[in-house]
Amino acid sequence: MTSIEGRPAAPAADAAKAANLAGQVSDRLGPTLFERSRPGRGGGKVPHPPKDALARIPASMLRAEGPRLPEVSEPELTRHFVNLSRLNYSVDSGFYPLGSCTMKYNPKINEWAARLPGFATLHPLAPDDLAQGTLRLLWELEQALAEIGGMKAVTLQPAAGAQGELTGILMIRAYHRSRGDVERTEVLVPDSAHGTNPATASMAGFKTISIRSAADGGVDVEAFRAALGPRTAAVMITNPSTLGLFEARLGELLSAVHEAGALAYMDGANLNAIMGRFKPGEAGFDAMHINVHKTFSTPHGGGGPGAGPVGVGEKLLQFLPSPRVLREPDGRFRLEVEGERATSIGRVRAFVGNTGVLVRAYAYIRAHGSSGLCEVSDDAVLAANYLEARLRNVLDVPFDRPCMHEFVASAATLKAQTGVRTLDVAKRLIDYGFHPPTIYFPLTVEEALLIEPTETESLETLDAFVAALERVVEEAHSDPELLHSAPHDSPVRRLDETTAARQPNLRWRAMAGVQMPCPE
Amino acid sequence: MAYGPHTPEDRARMLEVIGVGSVDDLFADIPPPLRASGLRLPPPESESELSAHLLELAGTNRVDLVSFLGAGAYSHFVPAVVDQLLLRGEFYTAYTPYQPEISQGTLQTIYEYESLLAELTGLDVVSASHYDGATATAEGALMACRATRRERVLVSRGVHPHYRQTLCTYFGGASLVADEIPLVADGPAAGTTDLAGLERMLGDVDRPVAGVVVANPSFFGLLEPMVEIGRLAHAAGALFVAVVEPVSLAVLAAPGEYGADIAAGEGQPLGLPLSYGGPYLGILACRDALVRQIPGRLVGMTTDVDGRRAFVMTLRAREQDIRREKASSNICTNQALCALAATIYLAAIGPHGLRDVAALGAARAAELEVALAAAGAPRLHPGPYLNEFAVRVLGATEVHRRLLGRGVLAGLPLARAVPDDASLADALLVCATETTTAEDIAAFATALAAELGGGAR
Amino acid sequence: MVPQDLRYTKEHEWVRMEGDLATVGITDFAAGQLGDVVFVDLPEVGRSVAQFVAVGVIESVKAVSDLFAPVGGDVVEINAELATKPELLNSDPYGQGWMLRIRLTNRTALDGLLDAAAYKALTSES
Repeated sequence: MTSIEGRPAAPAADAAKAANLAGQVSDRLGPTLFERSRPGRGGGKVPHPPKDALARIPASMLRAEGPRLPEVSEPELTRHFVNLSRLNYSVDSGFYPLGSCTMKYNPKINEWAARLPGFATLHPLAPDDLAQGTLRLLWELEQALAEIGGMKAVTLQPAAGAQGELTGILMIRAYHRSRGDVERTEVLVPDSAHGTNPATASMAGFKTISIRSAADGGVDVEAFRAALGPRTAAVMITNPSTLGLFEARLGELLSAVHEAGALAYMDGANLNAIMGRFKPGEAGFDAMHINVHKTFSTPHGGGGPGAGPVGVGEKLLQFLPSPRVLREPDGRFRLEVEGERATSIGRVRAFVGNTGVLVRAYAYIRAHGSSGLCEVSDDAVLAANYLEARLRNVLDVPFDRPCMHEFVASAATLKAQTGVRTLDVAKRLIDYGFHPPTIYFPLTVEEALLIEPTETESLETLDAFVAALERVVEEAHSDPELLHSAPHDSPVRRLDETTAARQPNLRWRAMAGVQMPCPE
Repeated sequence: MAYGPHTPEDRARMLEVIGVGSVDDLFADIPPPLRASGLRLPPPESESELSAHLLELAGTNRVDLVSFLGAGAYSHFVPAVVDQLLLRGEFYTAYTPYQPEISQGTLQTIYEYESLLAELTGLDVVSASHYDGATATAEGALMACRATRRERVLVSRGVHPHYRQTLCTYFGGASLVADEIPLVADGPAAGTTDLAGLERMLGDVDRPVAGVVVANPSFFGLLEPMVEIGRLAHAAGALFVAVVEPVSLAVLAAPGEYGADIAAGEGQPLGLPLSYGGPYLGILACRDALVRQIPGRLVGMTTDVDGRRAFVMTLRAREQDIRREKASSNICTNQALCALAATIYLAAIGPHGLRDVAALGAARAAELEVALAAAGAPRLHPGPYLNEFAVRVLGATEVHRRLLGRGVLAGLPLARAVPDDASLADALLVCATETTTAEDIAAFATALAAELGGGAR
Repeated sequence: MVPQDLRYTKEHEWVRMEGDLATVGITDFAAGQLGDVVFVDLPEVGRSVAQFVAVGVIESVKAVSDLFAPVGGDVVEINAELATKPELLNSDPYGQGWMLRIRLTNRTALDGLLDAAAYKALTSES
């Protein structure tokens, strides 16, 4: 086994680790909360209620037995979660070259801002007079995002990018219906699209027509033209594309879409590439969503929460989800009231939005201003092109033109020569201390690695990443088995995902049944 | 630039390696007619200017009033350890655990979350979480339609109006039908789901029902006859979707106990700040038999090649990146950090602590009921409640507004929340939690009495 | 492996005919493409299915595939073992990994199927 420095680990260290007497060795899993539980531990967080507090409730409506939740003391639970956190890779600890995810640095001032009591303790149904600070923030954020996207207005309601997509497509559906156009049952999507696009179309009641990409990786405008017609409600385009390339024939495509009476939706996942250089609304897109947890630095949190604001042009304005945030002539802010705008598609969630996340996005935008955001995109594109240039002779780089903020590489040749696949390359990168790039996406490129450095990685980090990939490729030729069995140096190694799916164990069964023993 | 590390030398070096003269060359692919007209935003702010501005904005919000407002988002005491642990960068700046070998922290905590909510709900499978209670409810209803292959769902008017509206938005896209179950108008069961009405609606053989959706406690705080509702639903071949509040599950009968097939709800009370509506935590749980229908992430336990216990996202083939247009939902995220907050909260509070939180809220609510009745605002409904209830106040909306001026946020005027129910026009929905003090209740009652002209009627 | 005595579809199903009873499964090639099968969703017994229409789903860890009926008719039997042992599709796709039996309504449907040589040619192009 190879450690990161290339030296085998000392036997004495191994034996101590293997014994794992402390049960908390930092790079190994410890017990679950349920296994740490002992009756009588913990408590002391709230006072005791009066004995008869529940006497007035009919016994038949009460729980027969209390829930069997773990009893752990504060010191134990602190160690439990601290040690678990140390098993995670994170932006705060390392580089994520994850294409399509924009894993940029998460500014700490944003965490401070979201926790200010004025923001954090405000109830979502507080009367508008009590919420003027937050309402102003939300209104200004809408304005800023509308300016960035070249859109007429923005809704901050959707809780995630995918929900933003659904909101956009539902508005498009409402638009066609409002014009009596009920025959439009299809949504066109390039075959390189993110899976959420077709899934969204289905949720909104549309049939997805997948259009093959052109040889140069862009949308095949002729194929789109052939598929466009009176049954087309919308096209969903990611621009720059999921291959990191700007759609050069976008103007033609959007014209064709509008000529056919359909609307154009832009998946804004790749907004980090184009701020200040391209405004989707100006170009003719009718709607777009924005992933604030990508371009606007709100943290990924291990899988959420994010938010997916949606910008719209004139045609869709009246259909925006309600309630909108409005500014009165006297400068005060308010929420629309129930029923104030009959054409709205309604609500897509309770309350107004993921405000805590939006506060972070707002702070990020204010910190940068126009010049800062333009610099963000410039540096993101610069860094991606730098990596592409340096990796051109290391892996296959299918598209011989400048990329935007991300680019696709392929291990197809490596696989043919050595049997080592993209998956193995990815797992071996972990041993070198890097999170792997996005793999096997987009689906249109064989053995794909989608690489997006973002603008917040130093040149030293980028060079180290290139060096690691060069070594991995060398190893593929000299010692492929090392890669097939990677990672070697992580808290756990390759997992049995088959058994996990065939015999799902999705919860701890405290009293009944057999659990795997804790590693001790 | 605010956070970027690149110096002019770095940029020059990168341009040289790429082989272009300026960064503008890298944007040459954008056809000139499509180039942006410029970006008109204020100039950048230094961190000290930014923080001053944010402080000012936050300071403009009024959070100093004594509050009795619930209606789907509740103010609870959160032990300090929750936020301290949540601030660990390894948790909040981590990506989705697609590379499980380096994400065991996230994965184990999600498994623990699933396990804890399974205990609370009494159901077998809990998703890694949905966006919020409203979307979880909508997805629960969609699950019922998929599982039964029927197209009609019945939703009680006791379910939160935002949840019902969200469900309708989701159903509109799917061309499914959601009909409302009326509430009992008067008598001892006033304000709860009308069982006779439900039975009639279920009896329409031409329009079979996929699911019956009822909240317990209801939006009005009332405890519903869940066992009977479950029986009626199942007798008609429909699934039973219970909308629940997690703190109440420490003391109230759980969905698994009263025969629910699916449970949905809002996890915000488990250690999440009110934060003007989000990010919150969508709880979605179901029986084992429905596991393939549940949308969203699932984390399961497995072993690695060395036989070590490990956790991994599983049953992935249900999800959008694999199923694409055939996926049951387009959901790509879960509220991972919010689920982590709930997990830490439940670990810190403990089972006895959670019961105490629920019972304390109930005790305070009973005191509140007495005080408000004495001040001239009796309860609107007679049935049992846990910690939230509606009171009758003539001119409720106006009284509510005037009470703000006296430093009291007197719950929610129901006239605007449920405008299509005239019987609620003169009503306020109020709640108490373990954070409500005797002084708070006295302040409310005194102010209310003053507004109503003093004394009970 | 492409057994000579079977017929095949472009979607990688195989058919073994015995009288008017068609036993159906997926080929070794398809199972290999999918990887470890974790779940199989089969139509109910008694359902009548049309040729080449999707009637079930095969899930692996990282992929999902529709199961298309190679012939039209009535589903008379399904392989209950697959509920607990989906791995049979990987280990014995032509034997114990059989999926369902259809009673044929129209023998001319067989003309729409490929013979072993044609199927082999198809998969060697992939």
